[in-house]
Amino acid sequence: MSSVRQEGKDKIIFVTKEDHETPSSAELVEEDPNDPYEERGLILPNGEINWNCPCLGGMASGPCGTEFKDAFSCFHYSKEEVKGSDCLEQFRAMQECMQRYPELYPQEDEKSSSKTSQDSTEESGANSTSASEQDSNTSQPDTESTAES
Amino acid sequence: MLKCRTVWKKLAPLARSSSTLCRQNVKRTGLNNGRIPTCVPAANMSTGPGGLGGDNLKYTIMVGAACVGSLTYAYFLLKGDQKRYQERIEEITTRSQRSSKEEAATVQSEPPAVEATQTEAVPESVPEAAPSPEEPSPPAAPAEEPAAPAEAAAPSETTAPPPADEPVVEAPPEEAATPVAAPVVEEEPSPPSEPPAAPAELAEPAPAGPTEPAPAEPAPAELAESAPAEPAESSPAELAESAPAEPAEHTPAELAESAPAELAESAPAEPAESSPAELAESDPAPVVESEPAAAAETPTAEPPEPQPEVVAESAADSTPASLKVPSHSPYLLIGGGTASFAAARSIRARDPGARVLIVTDEPDLPYMRPPLSKELWFSDDPSVTETLRFKQWNGKERSIYFQPPSFYINSEELASAENGGVAVLTGKKVVHMDVRGNKVKLDDDTEISYDKCLIATGGVPRNLQVIERAGEEVMKKTTLFRKIEDFKSLDNVSRNAKSITIIGGGFLGSELACALGRRSTESGLEVIQMFPEKGNMGKVLPEYLSNWTTEKVKREGVKVIAEALVKSVTCKDDKLEIHLKDGRLVKTDHIVAAVGLEPNVDLAKSAGLEVDSDFGGYRVNAELQARSNIWVAGDAACFYDIRLGRRRVEHHDHAVVSGRLAGENMTGASKPYWHQSMFWSDLGPDVGYEAIGIVDSSLPTVGVFAKATAKDTPKAATEKSGTGIRSESETEDTATSPVASVTPLPPVAHKDDYGKGVIFYLRDKVVVGIILWNVFNRMPIARKIIKDGEEHADLNEVAKLFNIHED
Repeated sequence: MSSVRQEGKDKIIFVTKEDHETPSSAELVEEDPNDPYEERGLILPNGEINWNCPCLGGMASGPCGTEFKDAFSCFHYSKEEVKGSDCLEQFRAMQECMQRYPELYPQEDEKSSSKTSQDSTEESGANSTSASEQDSNTSQPDTESTAES
Repeated sequence: MLKCRTVWKKLAPLARSSSTLCRQNVKRTGLNNGRIPTCVPAANMSTGPGGLGGDNLKYTIMVGAACVGSLTYAYFLLKGDQKRYQERIEEITTRSQRSSKEEAATVQSEPPAVEATQTEAVPESVPEAAPSPEEPSPPAAPAEEPAAPAEAAAPSETTAPPPADEPVVEAPPEEAATPVAAPVVEEEPSPPSEPPAAPAELAEPAPAGPTEPAPAEPAPAELAESAPAEPAESSPAELAESAPAEPAEHTPAELAESAPAELAESAPAEPAESSPAELAESDPAPVVESEPAAAAETPTAEPPEPQPEVVAESAADSTPASLKVPSHSPYLLIGGGTASFAAARSIRARDPGARVLIVTDEPDLPYMRPPLSKELWFSDDPSVTETLRFKQWNGKERSIYFQPPSFYINSEELASAENGGVAVLTGKKVVHMDVRGNKVKLDDDTEISYDKCLIATGGVPRNLQVIERAGEEVMKKTTLFRKIEDFKSLDNVSRNAKSITIIGGGFLGSELACALGRRSTESGLEVIQMFPEKGNMGKVLPEYLSNWTTEKVKREGVKVIAEALVKSVTCKDDKLEIHLKDGRLVKTDHIVAAVGLEPNVDLAKSAGLEVDSDFGGYRVNAELQARSNIWVAGDAACFYDIRLGRRRVEHHDHAVVSGRLAGENMTGASKPYWHQSMFWSDLGPDVGYEAIGIVDSSLPTVGVFAKATAKDTPKAATEKSGTGIRSESETEDTATSPVASVTPLPPVAHKDDYGKGVIFYLRDKVVVGIILWNVFNRMPIARKIIKDGEEHADLNEVAKLFNIHED
């Protein structure tokens, strides 16, 4: 059972697991999917790519940002059966650029970068509103990171 | 007149009674002697001096003595002040030698602004002659006295009451009255006629009146303190000082000194000249121009001469530029910290091929601050101070720098780079901002024009007044912690010292205490933390939680001294002694002062930007805009939060969020501050929390707790989400769903064990802040609750949304 204590202006409640098992009666305001103020995920409501998404890390803003944007946009709008198969040129240009900055884009990432960018687009479709927090970790080798391409 | 009368009337009865007494005594003697003394009849009011002597005479003597005594006292006081003032000037000049350039630069920016104002006779003006590197204006000030006061000055001079009235006029006792001094002197005294009380105030506002108020202010203050001696003496003295000072200090190295010297000299020369003279320090061009103009008035073929020399010197010195500074940048970001970097990234993402220039006075590229007081201290790597890499809990290593140097392009290449880029100009400080002309001026006199500008200057750590007043020895053993170099020096100190005391019980102080406390277990270092509140984080956590946290901090090996107010600090036998107001004495080797941050608003004046009086920092609107084309983000921005009202936030995530938002708005987004930033802190491996919104312990709170299991620690949280920095875990962890692990819990949590839970901060029954206590990865829910801004009847129901019992 929960216990309640008051210490001056502060109220302290101790609860057990059972106390919290019943669903909450607190009401939350409905989210407006078109709220212009909200932070957006990778794909904006109008279908465009949100280059400022923290999930992209520094990919769109670094020295190879332009190449990355070209490749990724091409992939995103690609209507081929094998999505992105018409974008090989852009991806190659991107990889070439990245090879020039091994410090920023470590070798392991390059092979997975094109792969993960494909993964991220699929995922981002699934979660369009991600709470975008600060993302300061960009190009460190973390192959397990999801949306960072 | 009437007043005197009433006063005297009051005194009269007294006089009468005492005279009666006198008479009676006399009578007695008379009787004794058998003679009746022929005294004045008692009823007469003896108003005349010859009247019943005793009382009036007594009063006159007393009043006279008091006057003489106070005058003598004031005279000695002033003399002593003069001496102190001179010592201080010497100290400043030696100090200025070390940092002459910067002083020059700062001063320079101020004069132009100042000149435009003030022309009215300011009572104190004159004393400014004092040459101090930081205050070139003082010399100018005396000279600057407007012509009008000059006339008035003469008569007023004579009527000026003794020293007390002349605060400003003070100059070091050097007396080399020069003919030039005369006109200046005349001008100076004009204000003195004002009441003595004014001097202090006058010293503040514009010390000399016409010229630079800002630099002048410190000078007048000092001047006010120094013994005014006499108007005639002081002014010549000041001028005299500058004169001798000047010839002695014409070395290229000592630009700062020579500048004041010149200024002092030029001051006597003329008002017109003086202002240019000031500028001379860092602005050769204006000086040269002003010189010819100055020649008009008084003597001084001499003062102008040194100026050109100095100008030449400064010119030579100001262009050792190894970095070529671009003359224009479409996006200019002032400050090279977290907010600035986030804005740069945002701009580059939204504006393809954008050219962004970051100007910072630090020597480092943009880096993140939280690890400096947390992770870097837990590193096992002995070379951590060089590499600045930290190992996150999950084993992944990263550098505190946001990006390695190869991310940035050279500033020379900025204009020509095909796809633009981000360039960082280190070691350069922006000293002046011309909003109408859309350009800024650096401390080496180069100008950069911009299209859009962001001010992200952050702040400087505050210091305790008692430490500042304690002198050089104490200051050497004090660290104000903020930058990489502070981390390096404190790391060094912690390896060599036996005892370190941290003053301050907030985020930084507590984190450093825990970090050093950890080290103390290995090295035998004594770590003391003292603060005025009752417990750690006393201004953030409700009292019960603050007490609990303090116990945890103590367990980390820290000696906590709560409710401690520092009265004074002295250095004895190479050890520091901290005297507390309640009498306790703490002996230590080194002090770390973590008592807050002073936002850096140096550019407010030249740019004409509003500074907030409640929170400090530049006042900006909800879209972080200060004026057209100028945005402010990070610690320095006092912005309007649509949900929570006007505030200024000094946290890492806020710097990122506001920097990103400013970048978006600079590229045309026009979005208000909407996405609430969060913050976090770890106090040792067992206590960690994330928070969002307004978390002020003075607000009523409701805390809902469960008992913590081994899984609920900061370590576990980061291991699970696979990230090091807590705020990242939200973005990266989008696809995974929380694992519902059913762990049986004891039926009733121990009363005093606040293992994990949620604390709501209420303002008018609306939740405005939430702390997630040892509960992680739930920030989106907390953010939603704050965004809604609803009144919830039962907060326990709201707490259910957090699933605190699960991982």
